[in-house]
Amino acid sequence: MKVTLKVWRQKNAKAAGEFKTYTSPELNPNMSFLEMLDVLNEELSNRGEEPVAFDHDCREGICGTCALVINGTPHGPHKGVTTCQTYMRSFKDGDQLIIEPWRAGPFPIIKDLVCDRKSFDRIQQAGGFITVRTGSAPDANSIPVPKGNSDLAMDAAQCIGCGACVAACKNASAMLFVAAKVSHLGLMPQGQPERYRRVKAMVEKMDTEGFGACTVTGSCEAVCPKEISLDFIARLNRDYAVSLLKGEPKRLKGGGAG
Amino acid sequence: MATLNSNIPSGPLSQKWENHKFSSKLINPANKRKYKIIVVGAGLAGSSTSATLAELGYEVHNFVFHDSPRRAHSVAAQGGINAAKNYQNDGDSVHRLFYDTIKGGDYRAREANVHRLAEVSVNIIDQCAAQGVPFAREYGGLLDNRSFGGAQVSRTFYARGQTGQQLLLGAYSALNKMIGAGGVISHTHSEMLDLVVVNGHAKGIIVRDLQTGGIHRHSADAIVLATGGYGNVFNLSTYARGSNVTASWRAYKRGATFSNPCYTQIHPTCIPVSGEYQSKLTLMSESLRNDGRIWVPKRKEDAKKAPADIAESDRDYYLERMYSAFGNLAPRDVASRAAKTVCDEGRGIGSTGLGVYLDFAESIRRLGEDKVRERYGNLFSMYHEITNENAYTSPMRIYPAVHYTMGGLWVDYNLMSNLPGLFVLGEANFSDHGANRLGASALMQGLSDGYFVLPNTIATYLSTVKTGGRPGTEIGEFKEAEENVQGFIRRATSGKGSRTPDSFHKQLGKLMWEHCGMARNKAGLEKGISLISDLREEYRTNLRVLGDAENWNQQLEKAARVGDFIELGELMCRDALMREESCGGHFREEYQYTAADSEVQQGIVNVGDVKRRDDQFAFVAAWEFPESADKAPILNKEPLVYEEVKMGTRSYK
Ligand SMILES: Cc1cc2nc3c(=O)[nH]c(=O)nc-3n(C[C@H](O)[C@H](O)[C@H](O)COP(=O)(O)OP(=O)(O)OC[C@H]3O[C@@H](n4cnc5c(N)ncnc54)[C@H](O)[C@@H]3O)c2cc1C
Ligand code: SF4
Ligand code: FES
Repeated sequence: MKVTLKVWRQKNAKAAGEFKTYTSPELNPNMSFLEMLDVLNEELSNRGEEPVAFDHDCREGICGTCALVINGTPHGPHKGVTTCQTYMRSFKDGDQLIIEPWRAGPFPIIKDLVCDRKSFDRIQQAGGFITVRTGSAPDANSIPVPKGNSDLAMDAAQCIGCGACVAACKNASAMLFVAAKVSHLGLMPQGQPERYRRVKAMVEKMDTEGFGACTVTGSCEAVCPKEISLDFIARLNRDYAVSLLKGEPKRLKGGGAG
Repeated sequence: MATLNSNIPSGPLSQKWENHKFSSKLINPANKRKYKIIVVGAGLAGSSTSATLAELGYEVHNFVFHDSPRRAHSVAAQGGINAAKNYQNDGDSVHRLFYDTIKGGDYRAREANVHRLAEVSVNIIDQCAAQGVPFAREYGGLLDNRSFGGAQVSRTFYARGQTGQQLLLGAYSALNKMIGAGGVISHTHSEMLDLVVVNGHAKGIIVRDLQTGGIHRHSADAIVLATGGYGNVFNLSTYARGSNVTASWRAYKRGATFSNPCYTQIHPTCIPVSGEYQSKLTLMSESLRNDGRIWVPKRKEDAKKAPADIAESDRDYYLERMYSAFGNLAPRDVASRAAKTVCDEGRGIGSTGLGVYLDFAESIRRLGEDKVRERYGNLFSMYHEITNENAYTSPMRIYPAVHYTMGGLWVDYNLMSNLPGLFVLGEANFSDHGANRLGASALMQGLSDGYFVLPNTIATYLSTVKTGGRPGTEIGEFKEAEENVQGFIRRATSGKGSRTPDSFHKQLGKLMWEHCGMARNKAGLEKGISLISDLREEYRTNLRVLGDAENWNQQLEKAARVGDFIELGELMCRDALMREESCGGHFREEYQYTAADSEVQQGIVNVGDVKRRDDQFAFVAAWEFPESADKAPILNKEPLVYEEVKMGTRSYK
């Protein structure tokens, strides 16, 4: 099979970008989408044209690096998979495929199809953790976690930080991502002491990074490769509201006993 | 010759670590802040150690080539992590985990390091659980376990099929906490391209900013490499595409010795190759062997039949037949070689004949499809995505693939290389797995090194370093190292040649698989060395990199990594040629058990099992880069002296 590719090319963050059209070499339907791009790149290189830059690493749907919008949909036509888990058998001979990077203000483009998602890291640095110094933990089985909670926490923890949810949202909201992080830790007993401080810090950081507001259209859930549920956004909203009610904890006057 | 002192503490094996911690020098809190430590890598080893060092008060700088620390290859680990908790009350103990690991490594690991690993394993699970890692649990709310290869107890902790991601997110959250608190400065999209050695001590690195192409110098009081394994030397492997050997290799070229490079692990259960375009091989976790049964047809005439058309009595469950005590849970090297043997006999399945079945029919009958789905659902759907086949209704097709490298930079008990000030953690060092790693023990080692070992042992070195004595980056050594990096970039982008880095990588991979893969022999290795040296010459003269060095340029990144892989490939072949024995994952066809051996007659091992030669090869090979590149590398040996365990014949029957 062969397909026509309309690919976004952009030299760097400052340059203007444009679509370029290529005809793919002969393809095997069992190739992955990224292997198709590898083959295209070898051909471009052999012709002396610069290969298309695209991000990838694990190529098995877990690192969250790959990030392509294929025909308008982040991670392509299949539900519940990443770009790297998309196979050419999902397309037909002669199809036209439009390939773009994530487009969102907080994810500036680095080159061609590669964007910069460090804003996600910064949100997590603001509070996405349970404070536990190395060596200070109690025996693991001294903190039982009801299986239901732990399974639900695991559902949220599956988020791979790819950013497709942001790319799909017309407001570039990062709510699904932040909700997944907040719910994972907030559902565990270990996460309770910092639960409200965490949600407040992360939501505020999300806003200052320039992510937009959530209007619950569900476009994020539809493209999420790990099928993170919108229910977690409701949970985030509840926790955030409580955190606002609670305000900052009052400091007691005076030091210790000395 | 390099000086190799393993610095193993004296005293009984089980007390060495405690004694060592007690007798090591401490650094007072006010001084810790004056030491700057560079950590390269943020996988399990790098994240955990960066966070912990910062908690202790050191000034830590963390470098990764990834866009985020969370994307390190550790994220891809599926199956689980071992720990001697004995929560199952099935007879596990620190000593048993230690013993299984030493035996699993075919008696080629350092005894004292492995014992420490087993001791520390229990703290790791506590640490991770407290961080909120959502480990699998039983209905009572306590932690669940599963079994992994090479063990007869259930000691593996897991989080669905993505234990690696969950443990990494835990370590990454600890790292984030310290980045947020200002204790760690994180440099992402920053690739280390050289090590700077000043007066024999590692004191800095040269880094390329992948976004801007800027080359930067960084100096520190100590350098920690936690840069992962080098399995991508084979091109096709279960590793992430970006995993590479560059940091370790550049350190080797600056004087750090490289140990046992030929010890590579071929994992028995991966999805077979489907075509020339293939870019990676996907692992199907070892945990599947808890409930899946491996077989091929008894007769080669049946190999092309659909599995459903092969009667039960015509199937050969060869692992159960050959290794009755461990069956489908035989260690990886054993299971992989057995798969190769049955395929070499013409009984391999699938279009290429390079495949065996992993069958769940019996477990589905016994447990029901729902239970199997709960345990392995994500793996079954991954298999379906890739192959378009349904493993609930017909068996999976699997074949061995390159998965892990036991070799790596040589380190002493303190995890310091022979270059003072250079420490090596996680898969990048050689120390704990001998000639074969057991499943679920790499995650354990990465976190043990990172959370619990290095933060203690680094003080032994730092206590000898004057505070405020860090060299400035303007001195000659930094200049020379930067010029070395710039020179490569200029040559690569000058546009003279005609071949892409990828085409060299593919060719190298095939060559390595053929000559230094699952079965090796003298003639093949010698041929491999000569072919690699031709390839190296062609790479030098005929490489072409498009684009410029001042922008994001993945082809340029690749070019540097492939160049290092080619050189490493040659060293691996040399190491395999030197090691005239078989052990663990290193199988030399000349050294295997035959029907004439008494061990076979007594039923301890099978014909074709690996045959060690302890009288001559009970040592760690530590290769040293020669004075000039045209000379052969120098072999140093660290004898393996076992105080407690007797080097026995490894039997899984
Ligand atoms: C598919 C798969 C499944 C696995 N499953 C299991 C399992 O179930 N249980 C188990 O115990 N083990 C498993 N393993 C093995 C285990 O995952 C790895 O051995 C381990 O995670 C390695 O961790 P690490 O911290 O040493 O390195 P990595 O996680 O590989 O991290 C390397 C880091 O170094 C950085 N880096 C490398 N080079 C440079 C450079 N030059 N400059 C800057 N940064 C650099 C990278 O950015 C990255 O942050 C699995 C491996 C694979 C391939
Ligand atoms: S919520 Fe889903 S789409 Fe968003 S970052 Fe996480 S995995 Fe990706
Ligand atoms: S490349 Fe890792 S998720 Fe796609």
